Amino acid sequence: MATETRETLYGLGDIDLRKPRRAVKLVAVHALLVVGALVFLLPLFWLVTTSLKPQSEVYVFPPTFLPKTFQWQNFPEGWNYQGMMWPRWMVNTLFITAMVVLGVLLSSSLCGYGFARLSFPGRDFWFMMVLASIMLPGQVTLIPLYVGYHRIGWLDTFKPLIIPAFFGGGAFNIFLLRQFFRSIPLELEEAAIVDGAGRFRIWWQIFLPLSKPALATVAVFSFQAVWNDFYGPLIFISTREKFTLALGINMFKGLYATQIPLMMAMSMLMVIPMIIMFFVAQKQMIRGVILTGIKA
Amino acid sequence: MTERRRTRRRRLRETMTGYLFIGPVVLGLIAFTLGPMMASLYFSFTKFPLLQAPEWIGFRNYVNMFTQERYFWQAVKVTVTYAVTAVPLGLLGSFSLAMLLNQKVKGIAWFRTCFYMPTIVPAVASAVLWGWLLNPDYGLVNAILLKVGLPTSRFLGDPKSALASLVLMSLWGVGGGMIIYLAGLQGIPESLYEAAKIDGANELRLFWHITVPMMTPTIFFNLVMGLIGSFQYFTAAFLLTAGGPVFSTYFYNLMLYERAFKWLQMGMASAMAWFMLVVVLLLTLAVFRSSGMWVYYETEVR
Repeated sequence: MATETRETLYGLGDIDLRKPRRAVKLVAVHALLVVGALVFLLPLFWLVTTSLKPQSEVYVFPPTFLPKTFQWQNFPEGWNYQGMMWPRWMVNTLFITAMVVLGVLLSSSLCGYGFARLSFPGRDFWFMMVLASIMLPGQVTLIPLYVGYHRIGWLDTFKPLIIPAFFGGGAFNIFLLRQFFRSIPLELEEAAIVDGAGRFRIWWQIFLPLSKPALATVAVFSFQAVWNDFYGPLIFISTREKFTLALGINMFKGLYATQIPLMMAMSMLMVIPMIIMFFVAQKQMIRGVILTGIKA
Repeated sequence: MTERRRTRRRRLRETMTGYLFIGPVVLGLIAFTLGPMMASLYFSFTKFPLLQAPEWIGFRNYVNMFTQERYFWQAVKVTVTYAVTAVPLGLLGSFSLAMLLNQKVKGIAWFRTCFYMPTIVPAVASAVLWGWLLNPDYGLVNAILLKVGLPTSRFLGDPKSALASLVLMSLWGVGGGMIIYLAGLQGIPESLYEAAKIDGANELRLFWHITVPMMTPTIFFNLVMGLIGSFQYFTAAFLLTAGGPVFSTYFYNLMLYERAFKWLQMGMASAMAWFMLVVVLLLTLAVFRSSGMWVYYETEVR
Protein backbone atom coordinates (compact mmCIF):
# COMPACT_ATOMS: atom_id res chain seq x y z
CA MET A 1 0.00 0.00 0.00
CA ALA A 2 1.38 3.38 -0.93
CA THR A 3 0.85 5.14 2.34
CA GLU A 4 4.14 6.82 2.99
CA THR A 5 5.06 7.86 -0.50
CA ARG A 6 2.97 10.94 -0.86
CA GLU A 7 4.76 14.17 0.12
CA THR A 8 6.45 14.59 3.45
CA LEU A 9 5.25 13.00 6.63
CA TYR A 10 5.10 15.22 9.67
CA GLY A 11 6.01 14.01 13.15
CA LEU A 12 5.79 15.88 16.41
CA GLY A 13 9.39 17.01 15.91
CA ASP A 14 8.24 19.06 12.96
CA ILE A 15 6.05 21.39 15.01
CA ASP A 16 6.62 24.85 13.73
CA LEU A 17 5.53 27.38 16.31
CA ARG A 18 5.30 30.06 13.69
CA LYS A 19 2.38 28.15 12.21
CA PRO A 20 0.23 27.63 15.30
CA ARG A 21 -2.82 26.18 13.53
CA ARG A 22 -0.85 23.46 11.85
CA ALA A 23 0.98 22.74 15.12
CA VAL A 24 -2.28 22.36 17.05
CA LYS A 25 -3.68 20.05 14.40
CA LEU A 26 -0.56 17.92 14.38
CA VAL A 27 -0.60 17.52 18.15
CA ALA A 28 -4.31 16.75 18.14
CA VAL A 29 -4.01 14.11 15.42
CA HIS A 30 -1.11 12.46 17.18
CA ALA A 31 -2.84 12.51 20.53
CA LEU A 32 -5.98 10.93 19.05
CA LEU A 33 -3.96 8.26 17.27
CA VAL A 34 -1.92 7.34 20.33
CA VAL A 35 -4.95 7.17 22.63
CA GLY A 36 -6.94 5.22 20.01
CA ALA A 37 -4.12 2.75 19.43
CA LEU A 38 -3.78 2.14 23.17
CA VAL A 39 -7.51 1.54 23.53
CA PHE A 40 -7.47 -0.92 20.63
CA LEU A 41 -4.47 -2.82 21.93
CA LEU A 42 -5.58 -2.93 25.56
CA PRO A 43 -7.84 -6.01 25.15
CA LEU A 44 -4.98 -7.92 23.53
CA PHE A 45 -2.65 -6.84 26.29
CA TRP A 46 -5.23 -8.10 28.76
CA LEU A 47 -5.42 -11.43 26.95
CA VAL A 48 -1.68 -11.88 27.34
CA THR A 49 -1.42 -10.80 30.96
CA THR A 50 -4.47 -12.77 32.10
CA SER A 51 -3.07 -15.90 30.47
CA LEU A 52 0.01 -15.49 32.68
CA LYS A 53 -1.73 -14.82 35.99
CA PRO A 54 -2.24 -17.47 38.66
CA GLN A 55 -5.87 -18.37 39.26
CA SER A 56 -5.81 -16.62 42.65
CA GLU A 57 -4.83 -13.32 41.07
CA VAL A 58 -7.66 -13.32 38.57
CA TYR A 59 -10.54 -13.05 40.96
CA VAL A 60 -9.53 -9.79 42.59
CA PHE A 61 -11.02 -6.37 42.08
CA PRO A 62 -9.65 -3.97 41.05
CA PRO A 63 -7.51 -6.24 38.85
CA THR A 64 -3.73 -6.12 38.87
CA PHE A 65 -2.33 -4.57 35.73
CA LEU A 66 0.64 -6.93 35.41
CA PRO A 67 0.79 -10.39 36.96
CA LYS A 68 2.63 -10.39 40.30
CA THR A 69 4.05 -13.77 39.45
CA PHE A 70 4.27 -14.92 35.87
CA GLN A 71 2.54 -18.28 35.71
CA TRP A 72 4.09 -19.82 32.61
CA GLN A 73 2.72 -23.23 33.63
CA ASN A 74 -0.71 -22.02 32.50
CA PHE A 75 0.21 -22.98 28.95
CA PRO A 76 1.26 -26.62 29.52
CA GLU A 77 -1.46 -26.97 32.14
CA GLY A 78 -4.19 -25.82 29.74
CA TRP A 79 -2.71 -27.86 26.91
CA ASN A 80 -2.81 -31.08 28.97
CA TYR A 81 -6.07 -30.34 30.78
CA GLN A 82 -8.10 -33.45 31.58
CA GLY A 83 -10.74 -34.22 28.99
CA MET A 84 -9.31 -31.73 26.48
CA MET A 85 -7.49 -32.90 23.36
CA TRP A 86 -5.64 -29.78 22.25
CA PRO A 87 -2.84 -31.55 20.29
CA ARG A 88 -5.43 -33.48 18.33
CA TRP A 89 -7.55 -30.37 17.75
CA MET A 90 -4.50 -28.45 16.57
CA VAL A 91 -3.69 -31.18 14.05
CA ASN A 92 -7.32 -31.29 12.88
CA THR A 93 -7.43 -27.54 12.40
CA LEU A 94 -4.14 -27.52 10.52
CA PHE A 95 -5.27 -30.38 8.29
CA ILE A 96 -8.61 -28.78 7.42
CA THR A 97 -6.98 -25.43 6.84
CA ALA A 98 -4.31 -26.89 4.55
CA MET A 99 -6.84 -28.85 2.51
CA VAL A 100 -9.16 -25.87 2.11
CA VAL A 101 -6.34 -23.55 1.06
CA LEU A 102 -5.24 -26.11 -1.53
CA GLY A 103 -8.78 -26.52 -2.83
CA VAL A 104 -9.40 -22.80 -2.96
CA LEU A 105 -6.15 -22.07 -4.81
CA LEU A 106 -6.70 -24.76 -7.45
CA SER A 107 -10.34 -24.22 -8.06
CA SER A 108 -10.57 -20.43 -7.86
CA SER A 109 -7.59 -20.01 -10.19
CA LEU A 110 -9.08 -22.44 -12.73
CA CYS A 111 -12.40 -20.62 -12.65
CA GLY A 112 -10.75 -17.22 -12.57
CA TYR A 113 -8.83 -18.12 -15.73
CA GLY A 114 -11.96 -19.37 -17.46
CA PHE A 115 -13.84 -16.18 -16.69
CA ALA A 116 -10.92 -13.92 -17.52
CA ARG A 117 -9.53 -15.41 -20.70
CA LEU A 118 -11.98 -17.66 -22.47
CA SER A 119 -15.11 -16.56 -24.24
CA PHE A 120 -18.01 -18.93 -24.59
CA PRO A 121 -21.78 -18.80 -24.33
CA GLY A 122 -23.04 -18.67 -20.74
CA ARG A 123 -19.82 -17.31 -19.31
CA ASP A 124 -21.25 -13.99 -18.23
CA PHE A 125 -24.36 -15.64 -16.82
CA TRP A 126 -22.30 -17.88 -14.57
CA PHE A 127 -20.07 -15.02 -13.58
CA MET A 128 -23.11 -13.04 -12.49
CA MET A 129 -24.27 -16.06 -10.51
CA VAL A 130 -20.90 -16.21 -8.78
CA LEU A 131 -21.12 -12.53 -7.85
CA ALA A 132 -24.73 -12.84 -6.74
CA SER A 133 -23.81 -15.70 -4.43
CA ILE A 134 -21.79 -13.22 -2.35
CA MET A 135 -25.06 -11.71 -1.18
CA LEU A 136 -26.67 -15.00 -0.25
CA PRO A 137 -26.96 -15.65 3.48
CA GLY A 138 -25.50 -19.10 4.16
CA GLN A 139 -28.50 -20.11 6.27
CA VAL A 140 -30.58 -20.53 3.13
CA THR A 141 -28.50 -23.46 1.94
CA LEU A 142 -27.46 -24.74 5.35
CA ILE A 143 -30.38 -27.01 6.18
CA PRO A 144 -30.56 -28.94 2.90
CA LEU A 145 -26.79 -29.30 3.01
CA TYR A 146 -27.04 -30.67 6.53
CA VAL A 147 -29.80 -33.06 5.48
CA GLY A 148 -27.83 -34.09 2.41
CA TYR A 149 -24.63 -34.67 4.36
CA HIS A 150 -26.67 -36.65 6.85
CA ARG A 151 -27.97 -38.90 4.06
CA ILE A 152 -24.56 -39.58 2.52
CA GLY A 153 -22.82 -40.03 5.86
CA TRP A 154 -20.68 -36.90 5.73
CA LEU A 155 -21.81 -35.54 9.09
CA ASP A 156 -19.16 -35.63 11.77
CA THR A 157 -16.40 -35.88 9.16
CA PHE A 158 -14.16 -33.16 7.76
CA LYS A 159 -15.72 -33.54 4.32
CA PRO A 160 -18.40 -30.81 4.62
CA LEU A 161 -15.68 -28.39 5.68
CA ILE A 162 -13.20 -29.34 2.94
CA ILE A 163 -14.93 -30.62 -0.20
CA PRO A 164 -16.90 -27.45 -1.07
CA ALA A 165 -13.60 -25.53 -1.28
CA PHE A 166 -12.68 -27.60 -4.33
CA PHE A 167 -15.87 -26.47 -6.10
CA GLY A 168 -15.22 -22.84 -6.85
CA GLY A 169 -13.25 -21.74 -3.82
CA GLY A 170 -15.35 -18.73 -2.94
CA ALA A 171 -16.82 -15.96 -5.03
CA PHE A 172 -14.43 -13.30 -3.74
CA ASN A 173 -11.40 -15.38 -4.62
CA ILE A 174 -12.65 -16.11 -8.13
CA PHE A 175 -13.36 -12.43 -8.61
CA LEU A 176 -9.96 -11.41 -7.28
CA LEU A 177 -8.04 -13.83 -9.51
CA ARG A 178 -10.14 -13.01 -12.56
CA GLN A 179 -9.27 -9.33 -12.11
CA PHE A 180 -5.59 -10.20 -11.74
CA PHE A 181 -5.52 -12.53 -14.75
CA ARG A 182 -7.12 -9.87 -16.91
CA SER A 183 -4.13 -7.62 -16.28
CA ILE A 184 -1.68 -10.17 -17.73
CA PRO A 185 -0.76 -9.17 -21.30
CA LEU A 186 -2.55 -11.09 -24.06
CA GLU A 187 0.64 -11.38 -26.12
CA LEU A 188 2.15 -13.85 -23.66
CA GLU A 189 -0.76 -16.16 -24.12
CA GLU A 190 -0.94 -15.77 -27.88
CA ALA A 191 2.73 -16.62 -28.21
CA ALA A 192 2.19 -19.79 -26.17
CA ILE A 193 -0.81 -20.77 -28.31
CA VAL A 194 1.23 -20.33 -31.47
CA ASP A 195 3.81 -22.64 -29.90
CA GLY A 196 1.04 -25.20 -29.52
CA ALA A 197 0.44 -24.97 -25.78
CA GLY A 198 -3.00 -25.96 -24.55
CA ARG A 199 -5.10 -23.88 -22.19
CA PHE A 200 -4.29 -25.99 -19.14
CA ARG A 201 -0.59 -25.65 -19.78
CA ILE A 202 -0.97 -21.91 -20.17
CA TRP A 203 -2.88 -21.76 -16.89
CA TRP A 204 -0.34 -23.90 -15.05
CA GLN A 205 2.89 -22.70 -16.60
CA ILE A 206 2.23 -19.04 -17.37
CA PHE A 207 -0.66 -17.69 -15.32
CA LEU A 208 -0.03 -19.37 -11.99
CA PRO A 209 3.67 -18.43 -11.78
CA LEU A 210 2.89 -14.86 -12.84
CA SER A 211 0.13 -14.54 -10.26
CA LYS A 212 2.04 -15.38 -7.11
CA PRO A 213 1.11 -12.15 -5.32
CA ALA A 214 -2.60 -12.61 -6.03
CA LEU A 215 -2.48 -16.30 -5.13
CA ALA A 216 -0.71 -15.41 -1.89
CA THR A 217 -3.51 -13.01 -1.04
CA VAL A 218 -6.09 -15.70 -1.70
CA ALA A 219 -4.14 -18.26 0.34
CA VAL A 220 -3.63 -15.98 3.33
CA PHE A 221 -7.24 -14.89 3.22
CA SER A 222 -8.71 -18.36 3.12
CA PHE A 223 -6.26 -19.58 5.76
CA GLN A 224 -7.58 -16.90 8.07
CA ALA A 225 -11.22 -17.69 7.28
CA VAL A 226 -10.89 -21.43 7.93
CA TRP A 227 -8.72 -21.08 11.01
CA ASN A 228 -11.28 -18.73 12.55
CA ASP A 229 -14.40 -20.60 11.43
CA PHE A 230 -16.70 -21.58 14.25
CA TYR A 231 -20.14 -21.91 12.66
CA GLY A 232 -19.17 -24.64 10.18
CA PRO A 233 -17.45 -27.01 12.62
CA LEU A 234 -20.15 -26.33 15.22
CA ILE A 235 -22.82 -27.60 12.87
CA PHE A 236 -21.06 -30.42 11.08
CA ILE A 237 -18.73 -31.88 13.72
CA SER A 238 -19.95 -33.58 16.89
CA THR A 239 -17.32 -36.06 18.12
CA ARG A 240 -14.71 -34.67 20.48
CA GLU A 241 -11.82 -36.28 18.57
CA LYS A 242 -12.78 -34.39 15.44
CA PHE A 243 -13.07 -30.91 16.98
CA THR A 244 -11.19 -27.90 15.71
CA LEU A 245 -9.48 -25.38 17.98
CA ALA A 246 -12.50 -23.08 17.84
CA LEU A 247 -14.77 -25.86 19.07
CA GLY A 248 -12.20 -26.79 21.69
CA ILE A 249 -12.29 -23.30 23.16
CA ASN A 250 -16.07 -23.39 23.14
CA MET A 251 -16.04 -26.69 24.99
CA PHE A 252 -13.44 -25.54 27.48
CA LYS A 253 -15.54 -22.45 28.15
CA GLY A 254 -18.64 -24.55 28.66
CA LEU A 255 -17.01 -26.96 31.09
CA TYR A 256 -14.52 -24.86 33.01
CA ALA A 257 -15.72 -21.28 32.73
CA THR A 258 -13.93 -20.40 35.96
CA GLN A 259 -10.49 -21.42 34.67
CA ILE A 260 -9.97 -17.96 33.22
CA PRO A 261 -6.17 -17.96 32.89
CA LEU A 262 -6.13 -21.37 31.20
CA MET A 263 -8.91 -20.31 28.87
CA MET A 264 -6.99 -17.17 27.93
CA ALA A 265 -3.84 -19.25 27.42
CA MET A 266 -5.66 -21.56 25.03
CA SER A 267 -7.20 -18.60 23.21
CA MET A 268 -3.69 -17.25 22.79
CA LEU A 269 -2.88 -20.52 21.11
CA MET A 270 -5.45 -19.68 18.47
CA VAL A 271 -4.46 -16.03 18.17
CA ILE A 272 -0.67 -16.42 17.95
CA PRO A 273 -0.58 -18.14 14.52
CA MET A 274 -2.82 -15.38 13.16
CA ILE A 275 -0.52 -12.69 14.53
CA ILE A 276 2.55 -14.42 13.12
CA MET A 277 0.84 -14.71 9.77
CA PHE A 278 -0.13 -11.06 9.92
CA PHE A 279 3.47 -9.99 10.35
CA VAL A 280 4.73 -12.38 7.68
CA ALA A 281 2.02 -11.65 5.13
CA GLN A 282 0.78 -8.23 6.14
CA LYS A 283 0.91 -6.97 2.58
CA GLN A 284 -1.15 -9.86 1.20
CA MET A 285 -3.67 -9.67 4.00
CA ILE A 286 -4.25 -5.96 3.61
CA ARG A 287 -4.42 -6.21 -0.15
CA GLY A 288 -7.08 -8.88 0.24
CA VAL A 289 -9.15 -6.68 2.52
CA ILE A 290 -8.89 -3.80 0.10
CA LEU A 291 -9.63 -5.78 -3.04
CA THR A 292 -12.67 -7.45 -1.58
CA GLY A 293 -13.83 -4.26 0.05
CA ILE A 294 -13.76 -1.85 -2.85
CA LYS A 295 -14.76 -4.15 -5.64
CA ALA A 296 -17.99 -2.25 -6.19
CA MET B 1 -18.60 -23.96 -46.34
CA THR B 2 -15.65 -25.89 -44.81
CA GLU B 3 -14.34 -22.59 -43.50
CA ARG B 4 -17.57 -22.02 -41.57
CA ARG B 5 -17.59 -25.57 -40.28
CA ARG B 6 -14.08 -25.16 -39.03
CA THR B 7 -14.95 -21.98 -37.12
CA ARG B 8 -17.95 -23.71 -35.65
CA ARG B 9 -15.84 -26.61 -34.55
CA ARG B 10 -13.28 -24.25 -33.03
CA ARG B 11 -16.00 -22.41 -31.18
CA LEU B 12 -17.36 -25.68 -29.84
CA ARG B 13 -13.92 -26.64 -28.60
CA GLU B 14 -13.48 -23.24 -26.96
CA THR B 15 -16.84 -23.62 -25.23
CA MET B 16 -15.90 -27.03 -23.94
CA THR B 17 -12.57 -25.76 -22.65
CA GLY B 18 -14.37 -22.86 -21.03
CA TYR B 19 -16.72 -25.13 -19.16
CA LEU B 20 -13.85 -27.37 -18.12
CA PHE B 21 -12.23 -24.35 -16.51
CA ILE B 22 -15.29 -22.92 -14.82
CA GLY B 23 -16.65 -26.43 -14.22
CA PRO B 24 -15.74 -26.48 -10.53
CA VAL B 25 -17.73 -23.37 -9.73
CA VAL B 26 -20.66 -24.34 -11.98
CA LEU B 27 -20.92 -27.70 -10.25
CA GLY B 28 -20.34 -26.03 -6.91
CA LEU B 29 -23.09 -23.49 -7.49
CA ILE B 30 -25.50 -26.21 -8.51
CA ALA B 31 -24.60 -28.68 -5.76
CA PHE B 32 -23.89 -26.35 -2.87
CA THR B 33 -25.98 -23.27 -3.66
CA LEU B 34 -28.80 -23.47 -6.20
CA GLY B 35 -29.89 -27.02 -5.45
CA PRO B 36 -29.91 -26.54 -1.68
CA MET B 37 -31.70 -23.20 -2.13
CA MET B 38 -34.55 -24.88 -3.97
CA ALA B 39 -34.60 -27.74 -1.45
CA SER B 40 -34.76 -25.28 1.41
CA LEU B 41 -37.67 -23.47 -0.26
CA TYR B 42 -39.48 -26.81 -0.49
CA PHE B 43 -38.63 -27.74 3.11
CA SER B 44 -40.05 -24.45 4.28
CA PHE B 45 -43.50 -25.71 3.26
CA THR B 46 -43.10 -28.99 5.10
CA LYS B 47 -42.97 -30.48 8.53
CA PHE B 48 -39.56 -32.08 8.58
CA PRO B 49 -38.06 -33.55 11.76
CA LEU B 50 -34.89 -34.74 9.92
CA LEU B 51 -35.31 -38.45 10.62
CA GLN B 52 -38.70 -38.70 8.90
CA ALA B 53 -39.60 -37.68 5.40
CA PRO B 54 -40.76 -34.08 4.91
CA GLU B 55 -44.56 -33.75 5.03
CA TRP B 56 -46.23 -30.97 3.03
CA ILE B 57 -48.10 -28.52 5.25
CA GLY B 58 -48.43 -25.49 2.98
CA PHE B 59 -47.87 -22.11 4.55
CA ARG B 60 -48.22 -23.33 8.12
CA ASN B 61 -44.57 -22.74 9.03
CA TYR B 62 -44.79 -19.16 7.82
CA VAL B 63 -48.12 -18.54 9.51
CA ASN B 64 -46.88 -20.03 12.77
CA MET B 65 -43.66 -18.09 12.53
CA PHE B 66 -45.43 -14.77 12.18
CA THR B 67 -48.31 -15.37 14.56
CA GLN B 68 -47.62 -18.20 17.00
CA GLU B 69 -43.90 -18.27 17.73
CA ARG B 70 -43.44 -16.41 20.97
CA TYR B 71 -39.93 -15.14 20.36
CA PHE B 72 -39.87 -14.69 16.60
CA TRP B 73 -40.58 -10.96 16.65
CA GLN B 74 -38.23 -10.54 19.59
CA ALA B 75 -35.49 -12.15 17.47
CA VAL B 76 -36.33 -9.82 14.59
CA LYS B 77 -36.27 -6.83 16.91
CA VAL B 78 -32.90 -7.78 18.43
CA THR B 79 -31.34 -8.37 15.03
CA VAL B 80 -32.67 -5.17 13.48
CA THR B 81 -31.64 -3.14 16.53
CA TYR B 82 -28.17 -4.57 16.25
CA ALA B 83 -28.01 -3.93 12.50
CA VAL B 84 -29.14 -0.31 12.68
CA THR B 85 -26.71 0.52 15.49
CA ALA B 86 -23.61 -1.61 14.87
CA VAL B 87 -23.46 -1.03 11.09
CA PRO B 88 -23.68 2.80 11.08
CA LEU B 89 -21.46 3.10 14.16
CA GLY B 90 -18.92 0.76 12.61
CA LEU B 91 -19.03 2.73 9.38
CA LEU B 92 -18.57 6.02 11.21
CA GLY B 93 -15.78 4.60 13.34
CA SER B 94 -13.83 3.05 10.52
CA PHE B 95 -14.26 6.08 8.28
CA SER B 96 -13.08 8.52 10.97
CA LEU B 97 -10.10 6.32 11.75
CA ALA B 98 -9.22 6.23 8.07
CA MET B 99 -9.49 10.04 7.85
CA LEU B 100 -7.25 10.34 10.89
CA LEU B 101 -4.70 7.95 9.44
CA ASN B 102 -4.79 9.69 6.09
CA GLN B 103 -3.17 12.76 7.66
CA LYS B 104 0.45 13.14 6.81
CA VAL B 105 1.80 11.93 10.12
CA LYS B 106 4.83 9.85 11.00
CA GLY B 107 4.38 6.29 12.15
CA ILE B 108 1.22 5.77 10.11
CA ALA B 109 2.14 2.17 9.29
CA TRP B 110 2.57 1.45 12.98
CA PHE B 111 -0.77 3.02 13.89
CA ARG B 112 -2.46 1.18 11.06
CA THR B 113 -1.17 -2.12 12.44
CA CYS B 114 -2.44 -1.27 15.94
CA PHE B 115 -5.96 -0.57 14.73
CA TYR B 116 -6.02 -3.52 12.37
CA MET B 117 -4.70 -6.07 14.87
CA PRO B 118 -8.05 -6.82 16.59
CA THR B 119 -9.63 -7.92 13.31
CA ILE B 120 -7.26 -10.88 13.00
CA VAL B 121 -8.31 -12.27 16.38
CA PRO B 122 -10.54 -15.31 15.78
CA ALA B 123 -14.18 -14.69 16.72
CA VAL B 124 -14.15 -17.41 19.37
CA ALA B 125 -11.06 -16.06 21.08
CA SER B 126 -12.42 -12.55 20.84
CA ALA B 127 -15.72 -13.59 22.44
CA VAL B 128 -13.95 -15.36 25.30
CA LEU B 129 -11.70 -12.37 25.83
CA TRP B 130 -14.54 -9.84 25.83
CA GLY B 131 -16.60 -11.98 28.13
CA TRP B 132 -13.79 -11.60 30.61
CA LEU B 133 -13.15 -7.88 29.95
CA LEU B 134 -16.85 -7.17 30.51
CA ASN B 135 -17.14 -9.41 33.56
CA PRO B 136 -19.33 -7.36 35.95
CA ASP B 137 -17.37 -8.26 39.07
CA TYR B 138 -13.77 -8.71 37.99
CA GLY B 139 -13.62 -7.19 34.52
CA LEU B 140 -11.14 -4.61 33.31
CA VAL B 141 -13.79 -2.35 31.78
CA ASN B 142 -15.63 -1.87 35.06
CA ALA B 143 -12.31 -1.29 36.83
CA ILE B 144 -11.53 1.52 34.40
CA LEU B 145 -15.02 3.00 34.66
CA LEU B 146 -14.72 3.01 38.44
CA LYS B 147 -11.28 4.59 38.30
CA VAL B 148 -12.42 7.52 36.17
CA GLY B 149 -15.54 7.96 38.26
CA LEU B 150 -18.13 6.69 35.80
CA PRO B 151 -20.97 4.33 36.76
CA THR B 152 -20.19 0.65 36.22
CA SER B 153 -22.46 -1.74 34.37
CA ARG B 154 -23.50 -5.39 34.46
CA PHE B 155 -22.90 -5.43 30.67
CA LEU B 156 -23.80 -8.87 29.29
CA GLY B 157 -25.53 -9.82 32.51
CA ASP B 158 -28.26 -7.20 32.29
CA PRO B 159 -31.05 -7.31 29.69
CA LYS B 160 -30.83 -3.53 29.38
CA SER B 161 -27.16 -3.44 28.47
CA ALA B 162 -26.46 -6.86 26.92
CA LEU B 163 -27.17 -5.93 23.31
CA ALA B 164 -25.31 -2.63 23.65
CA SER B 165 -22.31 -4.58 24.97
CA LEU B 166 -22.31 -6.75 21.85
CA VAL B 167 -22.40 -3.60 19.69
CA LEU B 168 -19.47 -2.23 21.68
CA MET B 169 -17.56 -5.46 21.09
CA SER B 170 -18.22 -5.26 17.38
CA LEU B 171 -16.64 -1.81 17.27
CA TRP B 172 -13.34 -3.34 18.30
CA GLY B 173 -13.22 -4.70 14.75
CA VAL B 174 -13.52 -1.42 12.84
CA GLY B 175 -9.91 -1.85 11.68
CA GLY B 176 -11.00 -3.91 8.69
CA GLY B 177 -13.27 -1.17 7.38
CA MET B 178 -10.60 1.40 8.16
CA ILE B 179 -8.12 -0.33 5.83
CA ILE B 180 -10.67 -0.33 3.04
CA TYR B 181 -11.53 3.35 3.46
CA LEU B 182 -7.88 4.28 3.81
CA ALA B 183 -7.14 2.66 0.46
CA GLY B 184 -10.11 4.50 -1.03
CA LEU B 185 -8.97 7.84 0.39
CA GLN B 186 -5.52 7.36 -1.04
CA GLY B 187 -7.00 6.67 -4.43
CA ILE B 188 -8.57 10.12 -4.63
CA PRO B 189 -6.47 12.19 -7.04
CA GLU B 190 -4.55 14.95 -5.26
CA SER B 191 -5.28 17.25 -8.22
CA LEU B 192 -8.94 17.46 -7.20
CA TYR B 193 -7.99 18.90 -3.83
CA GLU B 194 -5.44 21.24 -5.31
CA ALA B 195 -7.89 22.63 -7.84
CA ALA B 196 -10.47 23.22 -5.11
CA LYS B 197 -7.92 24.88 -2.86
CA ILE B 198 -7.03 27.29 -5.61
CA ASP B 199 -10.72 28.15 -5.79
CA GLY B 200 -10.51 28.98 -2.08
CA ALA B 201 -12.32 25.99 -0.58
CA ASN B 202 -11.70 25.36 3.12
CA GLU B 203 -11.07 21.93 4.64
CA LEU B 204 -14.69 21.31 5.54
CA ARG B 205 -15.78 21.99 1.99
CA LEU B 206 -13.02 19.77 0.62
CA PHE B 207 -14.31 17.01 2.87
CA TRP B 208 -17.98 17.34 1.94
CA HIS B 209 -17.57 18.07 -1.74
CA ILE B 210 -14.62 15.90 -2.70
CA THR B 211 -13.78 13.26 -0.09
CA VAL B 212 -17.28 12.10 0.73
CA PRO B 213 -18.62 11.92 -2.85
CA MET B 214 -15.51 10.10 -4.05
CA MET B 215 -15.90 7.58 -1.25
CA THR B 216 -19.60 6.83 -1.70
CA PRO B 217 -19.15 3.70 -3.87
CA THR B 218 -16.93 2.15 -1.19
CA ILE B 219 -19.28 3.23 1.60
CA PHE B 220 -22.19 1.83 -0.36
CA PHE B 221 -20.64 -1.60 -0.87
CA ASN B 222 -19.59 -1.85 2.76
CA LEU B 223 -23.00 -0.77 3.95
CA VAL B 224 -24.73 -3.51 1.98
CA MET B 225 -22.26 -6.18 3.05
CA GLY B 226 -22.34 -4.96 6.64
CA LEU B 227 -26.13 -5.21 6.81
CA ILE B 228 -26.14 -8.69 5.30
CA GLY B 229 -23.44 -9.73 7.75
CA SER B 230 -25.26 -8.36 10.76
CA PHE B 231 -28.40 -10.34 9.89
CA GLN B 232 -26.28 -13.45 10.26
CA TYR B 233 -24.73 -12.42 13.57
CA PHE B 234 -24.11 -15.50 15.64
CA THR B 235 -20.81 -16.41 17.28
CA ALA B 236 -20.45 -13.89 20.12
CA ALA B 237 -24.10 -14.14 21.13
CA PHE B 238 -23.97 -17.93 21.01
CA LEU B 239 -20.83 -18.08 23.13
CA LEU B 240 -21.47 -15.30 25.60
CA THR B 241 -25.18 -14.89 26.21
CA ALA B 242 -26.91 -17.78 24.44
CA GLY B 243 -29.64 -15.25 23.67
CA GLY B 244 -30.16 -14.05 27.21
CA PRO B 245 -30.63 -12.53 29.63
CA VAL B 246 -34.39 -12.68 29.10
CA PHE B 247 -34.01 -12.98 25.31
CA SER B 248 -32.39 -9.52 25.10
CA THR B 249 -29.73 -10.89 22.71
CA TYR B 250 -31.86 -13.54 21.03
CA PHE B 251 -30.58 -13.02 17.50
CA TYR B 252 -32.47 -14.29 14.50
CA ASN B 253 -29.68 -16.65 13.53
CA LEU B 254 -29.53 -18.00 17.06
CA MET B 255 -33.21 -18.86 16.91
CA LEU B 256 -32.75 -20.48 13.50
CA TYR B 257 -29.86 -22.53 14.85
CA GLU B 258 -31.92 -23.72 17.82
CA ARG B 259 -34.87 -24.67 15.63
CA ALA B 260 -32.72 -26.65 13.22
CA PHE B 261 -30.08 -28.29 15.36
CA LYS B 262 -31.54 -28.44 18.85
CA TRP B 263 -35.15 -29.27 18.04
CA LEU B 264 -34.63 -30.65 14.52
CA GLN B 265 -37.46 -28.51 13.11
CA MET B 266 -35.91 -28.39 9.66
CA GLY B 267 -39.09 -27.06 8.02
CA MET B 268 -39.48 -24.14 10.39
CA ALA B 269 -35.76 -23.35 10.21
CA SER B 270 -35.94 -23.31 6.39
CA ALA B 271 -38.90 -20.94 6.52
CA MET B 272 -36.91 -18.66 8.78
CA ALA B 273 -33.94 -18.78 6.40
CA TRP B 274 -36.15 -17.89 3.44
CA PHE B 275 -37.74 -15.02 5.29
CA MET B 276 -34.25 -13.73 6.01
CA LEU B 277 -33.32 -14.07 2.34
CA VAL B 278 -36.40 -12.12 1.24
CA VAL B 279 -35.63 -9.34 3.72
CA VAL B 280 -31.99 -9.22 2.61
CA LEU B 281 -33.06 -9.03 -1.05
CA LEU B 282 -35.61 -6.30 -0.41
CA LEU B 283 -33.14 -4.32 1.63
CA THR B 284 -30.37 -4.68 -0.93
CA LEU B 285 -32.80 -3.61 -3.62
CA ALA B 286 -33.83 -0.58 -1.57
CA VAL B 287 -30.22 0.43 -0.99
CA PHE B 288 -29.45 -0.06 -4.69
CA ARG B 289 -32.51 1.96 -5.75
CA SER B 290 -31.59 4.79 -3.43
CA SER B 291 -27.94 4.63 -4.46
CA GLY B 292 -28.62 6.80 -7.49
CA MET B 293 -29.34 9.65 -5.09
CA TRP B 294 -26.21 9.42 -3.03
CA VAL B 295 -23.59 7.27 -4.71
CA TYR B 296 -21.29 9.06 -7.09
CA TYR B 297 -19.76 7.14 -9.97
CA GLU B 298 -16.93 8.78 -11.82
CA THR B 299 -18.16 7.75 -15.22
CA GLU B 300 -21.49 9.45 -14.67
CA VAL B 301 -22.17 12.65 -16.54
CA ARG B 302 -23.66 15.18 -14.19
